[in-house]
Amino acid sequence: MGNRTPLYETHVASGAKVVDFGGWDMPLNYGSQIEEHHAVRRDAGMFDVSHMCPVDVKGGDARAFLRTLVANNVDRLTQPGKALYSCMLNPAGGVVDDLIIYFLGDDWFRVVVNASTADKDLAWMEKVRGERAFAVTIAPRRDLAMIAIQGPNARAKFWQVRPATKAATESLGAFFAAAVGDLFVARTGYTGEDGFEVMLPAGRAAVLWADLKTVGVAEAGLGARDTLRLEAGMNLYGNDMDETISPLDAGLAWTVDLKTPREFVGRAALEQQLADAGARKALVGLKLLDKGVLRSHQKVVTSQGEGEITSGTFAPTLGFSVAMARVPQGVKAGDTVQVDIRGKLLAAQVVKMPFVRNGTR
Amino acid sequence: MKFPAELKYTSTHEWVKKGADGLLWVGITDAAQDMLGDLVFVGDVKVGQTLKAAETAGVVESVKAASDIYAPVDGEVVAFNEALESEPQQINADPYSAWIFKMKSAASIDGLLDAKTYESNVADPH
Repeated sequence: MGNRTPLYETHVASGAKVVDFGGWDMPLNYGSQIEEHHAVRRDAGMFDVSHMCPVDVKGGDARAFLRTLVANNVDRLTQPGKALYSCMLNPAGGVVDDLIIYFLGDDWFRVVVNASTADKDLAWMEKVRGERAFAVTIAPRRDLAMIAIQGPNARAKFWQVRPATKAATESLGAFFAAAVGDLFVARTGYTGEDGFEVMLPAGRAAVLWADLKTVGVAEAGLGARDTLRLEAGMNLYGNDMDETISPLDAGLAWTVDLKTPREFVGRAALEQQLADAGARKALVGLKLLDKGVLRSHQKVVTSQGEGEITSGTFAPTLGFSVAMARVPQGVKAGDTVQVDIRGKLLAAQVVKMPFVRNGTR
Repeated sequence: MKFPAELKYTSTHEWVKKGADGLLWVGITDAAQDMLGDLVFVGDVKVGQTLKAAETAGVVESVKAASDIYAPVDGEVVAFNEALESEPQQINADPYSAWIFKMKSAASIDGLLDAKTYESNVADPH
């Protein structure tokens, strides 16, 4: 038996197919993964993401600690509630994890890390804290559950069941959050659609889930979450990058701040990598032109050399297969490449990501 | 989950029946489609190919995974259900109507699994 979220019994009662995901017993789907995908693109769906771990970083050195810990610049967080996506790197410039940081106050940031990496992340954060004796506490919040409500009608349906939150959350911009009583409501997500990610006390998660179901929010599992994030061109830790991969080779250069003189872990390695630009890789989108399905680890043959698919799937919104692939620099949108699918070379086109955003191609 | 008694089964989750046309009709079982989830591709079936039992006859792919399909007995592949190319989800909706390929074979299918045996294999895979 793996770890279970506060909503585990709810998933089982709803007929979910439960699978192991990074040590957690999680719903893969509740019937049809494709129907769940469409529900999110066209209306509203909800995901139990309580396996992800919120970590509260508190103390007088909170900002200084995060300046050192992550590759993006936390000094961009000036307005309370603002969120920032970043990678946390090791000294070699590999990605320890990707995460979202919420700015809640000058001595309080909330960092949300991936489920399967949470223990490793906490140990790493403690190590970085200790090396420079930062005055912060690092506290995992396993007392919280997290529900992602996503889709064009997601916010309206959330307000329908929690009307008291509307005044405080209606004007939230993308990548902003607000605390409303014991609910923490963030306008973030991992689907390419509008919506909220809501953190709340674990004991109240099942009631919110049931209320949302009553107003027609579709239960959606990790299967749909993966096809939605891939269509939206969003990286998955462990597939598209890991401890051996630099953010510069994972399409994440936009999350790395080298403009300010901030000394963060991994910076020296990244600067060295930039000096050797020819060795850098690009993470590109692929659209399969032939019939079949692109999958991770399939070989990609380009005019610039070989690459590899890092994430691939059938894209329900598009009706064909798409993928992310790590390829040599110089491969451009519009190029035709070949993918080795079970020994046959099939044609694919390099395309700009995202494949789908806010319901449209 | 359904296990029609009139069909024969393989340990690799194909169902087989002798059709009125004298050919062996082969598809994947209800248990197989349930394990795979929504199917999005059926193909690589080569009409005219002669296969030994347990050789790869084609592939089915769901959103989640690719899975080979195998010849249940020795024989020649003589038809592929091309309707499944555009509507692979027919297999999810009705796995025992959605045959994937047909074989011409002199081999007997009596030695394949019966519904009861297959069902107990699915319930206890080891």
